[in-house]
This record gives sequence, structure tokens and C-alpha cells, in this order.
Amino acid sequence: MRVAQKLVIEVPRATIWEVISDGKRYQDFMADAELWDVVGDQASGIGARWAVRLRVGSAPVGGLVEVTEFDAPGNLAFNAITGVAMRGRWRLRERRPGLTEVEFRLSYQSPGGLLGLIADQVSGPLVGRILKRSLRNLRDLLEGPGVRA
Amino acid sequence: MSALADLRALGRHAGSWGARQLKSRVPAPDMDERDPDYIRDQLPGLWLLASVYFRAQVHHLERIPATGPVLLVGNHSGGNMTPDTLVFTLAFSAYFGVERRFHQLAHNLVLLAPGLGVLRKFGTIAASPANAHEVLSSGAVLLVYPGGDYEVHRPTSERFKVDFDGRKGFLQLALEENVPLVPVVSVGGQETALFLSRGEGLARFLRLDRLARLKVLPVSLALPWGINVGDFLGHLPLPAKITIDVLDAIDLRAEYGEHPDLDEAYEDVVGLMQTALDELAAERRLPVIG
Repeated sequence: MRVAQKLVIEVPRATIWEVISDGKRYQDFMADAELWDVVGDQASGIGARWAVRLRVGSAPVGGLVEVTEFDAPGNLAFNAITGVAMRGRWRLRERRPGLTEVEFRLSYQSPGGLLGLIADQVSGPLVGRILKRSLRNLRDLLEGPGVRA
Repeated sequence: MSALADLRALGRHAGSWGARQLKSRVPAPDMDERDPDYIRDQLPGLWLLASVYFRAQVHHLERIPATGPVLLVGNHSGGNMTPDTLVFTLAFSAYFGVERRFHQLAHNLVLLAPGLGVLRKFGTIAASPANAHEVLSSGAVLLVYPGGDYEVHRPTSERFKVDFDGRKGFLQLALEENVPLVPVVSVGGQETALFLSRGEGLARFLRLDRLARLKVLPVSLALPWGINVGDFLGHLPLPAKITIDVLDAIDLRAEYGEHPDLDEAYEDVVGLMQTALDELAAERRLPVIG
């Protein structure tokens, strides 16, 4: 199951990159994150590990994820090492100076055969809403007066 | 008179024979029967049941210590179907991962019931002090329901009451194993059927306490049976909204000294849980719907 959301944010790409590349900053904008902590000393870059739990329906879903792609300031991807099989990807694209299109994708696959397939279909819209709210939170965080000043 | 005495003796003999037979059929506790791969495969089904059917919510799992043995103490609801256990097992396994060893104590009859042998793969073992000590001393997390069958079959009119029936064994267990105690409070399970009575008198009359360690023979109105006596075959639970809140961990020795007064600790722990349950109950607007 792949879920993706896009949003245009009126800040330079590098400013957005600073936030989404740092595991310590996710609690500031990630919706329904029961947990988003850095594991170990490395908060960003390839090999950084984050403990992630997103509330999807009744359960906090996630696990330990590791950053596998770190191409500043445009592409960041992470893969789950434990928990639900999951991949995440950020794509930042500059539409014009100071205007960035942000795309956040989550791909995941539940175990359990047919019930897993059904769970994926049912959870898809819920995950989509989480991504959408997270992007809005990110926009509010970055387009706020503090950042603009 | 002599015939009556003979009849009573025969009854006692049959009762103790039955109890021995039952006990011999309870599977020996084997923590290795817990199967993380099996649990992982079941999580989507549990998630659908919990999220869609029971609209469940579990709060504050982060209050459970992230490593080491922990004694989780819950109030128990829902008759023999116990949706609170199902929801909490899902949430715990999803939050900490199926790799973290997590066991639950259950009544002997639960483990003997046809089709419920799979519970052993989830880490469920027969309730006994020895088994509880074994789980905690191995470093695993243990969920116990001190109220057991007494609490789980309380009338629906008492659905917002924590009722451990004065059982304090869980405190002794936490002290002897020197592990943190984490209260887990749930609401909604007692709305999955209309529980009318525990049927304690009936259970005594039928000697179920001696035969099967059953102090109750509950009577309820439940699907699909209508009048449901004993709930031995379970029932189709109504889709009541289940909400669970995990409270802060308690270090009994830090809180009450090296030799705690168990009565005082019991009153405090149950009091904390009752306060939390009152708060959860206050958030509910309608029965079942939540």
C-alpha cells in the first residue's frame, strides 16, 4: 500500500530540508506521532535511526526505521528495520525561488495474508490523513512569522 | 440420614475427581510457546477488529518502562470474550514490537476451551503464582487481572467499578520480583453484553468453586443466545467502544518503604485505577456507542 500527499510551501527548499532531515524535529509537525525519537547519537544522514510510532486506528504502528537515502536538499528515504514493513520518502522540488512542493510518501505492507490486505485498504485513508495533517503542520511551522522574520 | 451422608460424600468425591481431571488437562506453562511470527501475522486481524468494530483507543503506552520486566495490572471486563485483553495485546505488540516478550495470565478454563489453544502462541499461560514469578524473573512483561472471573462477570450496572475482590497477590508479586507495577485501566468491555448477575450462589450450589476454581456462574443477556448462563461458549460481543489508559509506573518500595503495608498499597492502587476509570467513564456519552 502506497500513500502520498503533496503540499506547496512558501519557503526555500533548504529550510524545509533542515527540518525533515533531522529526526529530532518530527515531533514538531508529525501528526498522530506517539513517538518519533532519535535512536543513538546520529539524528540525520544515512544510517540515522529513528524510533517511530504513528497512531493509525487503534494501534500505534511503526518500528525502528533507518535513513537509507539522504540527497540534500531534495530526497530523503527511510526503511523500517523492525515492526511493520514500511518505507518513507520525502521529495522536495523547487517550483520557483522561495516556493517548494513537498511530497511525503509512506509505503507499507501488513503481514497476515488476506486480513493484511484488507487492513492495508482500510488503513490507507487514515494514513493519508496523517500525512496531509503533517504537511499542513509543517507548512504552519515554517511559514510562521518566526521563520519569515 | 445415612443415605444422605453417603450422597454428600459421593458428591465430594466426584467434585475432587473432577477437579483433578481438569487440573491434569491444563497445559503446562511453557513460555517458549509464545510465537512472535504468529502474533505478527495476527496483528492485521486484531487491528481491524479493534479499530473498526470496537473503535478502540489506547493511551499512554509510553508510560510502560521500555525495557525489563514489568507487571501490568488491569481491570477486567467483557465476560469470557474480554475485548480489553485483545485490544491491549494489539497495542502493546504494535508499540513495543512482537519481539518484546509479553505474557498474560488466564484462568485454567480459558486455556482448556476448544479453539483457544492459540492463546498460548500469544503468550497466555495458566494463572498461578509460580507461573507469574517465572515470567517476571525471566525478564518478560506480565499482564494480570487480579479481579479475574469475579470482576469480568460483574453486572453491567457496575461497569464503571474496579473490583479486585480484595485480592492483593499482585502486590506481593511485584515486591518479591522487585518490578515496577503499571496499572492499566479500561472501559467499555462491560457494555459488550448485558451482564445481569455473577451467579455466585449458583456456582456455590453446583460446587463449581471446588470443581473448576469458578466462584461465579454468570447470567447475562448476550448475542446470539439471549439468556446466557455461564458464558462457557462465549458470546458475540456488542461493538462497544473500548478505551484503555495506561497509568504511571509505581515502584512499591520507593512509594511505601522496604516493607509496605499491603492494605494501604492496595487501597492506593485500586483508588488510582478507580479515579482513572471515573475519568474515562465521564468521557462516555452513551452506552456501547461511547
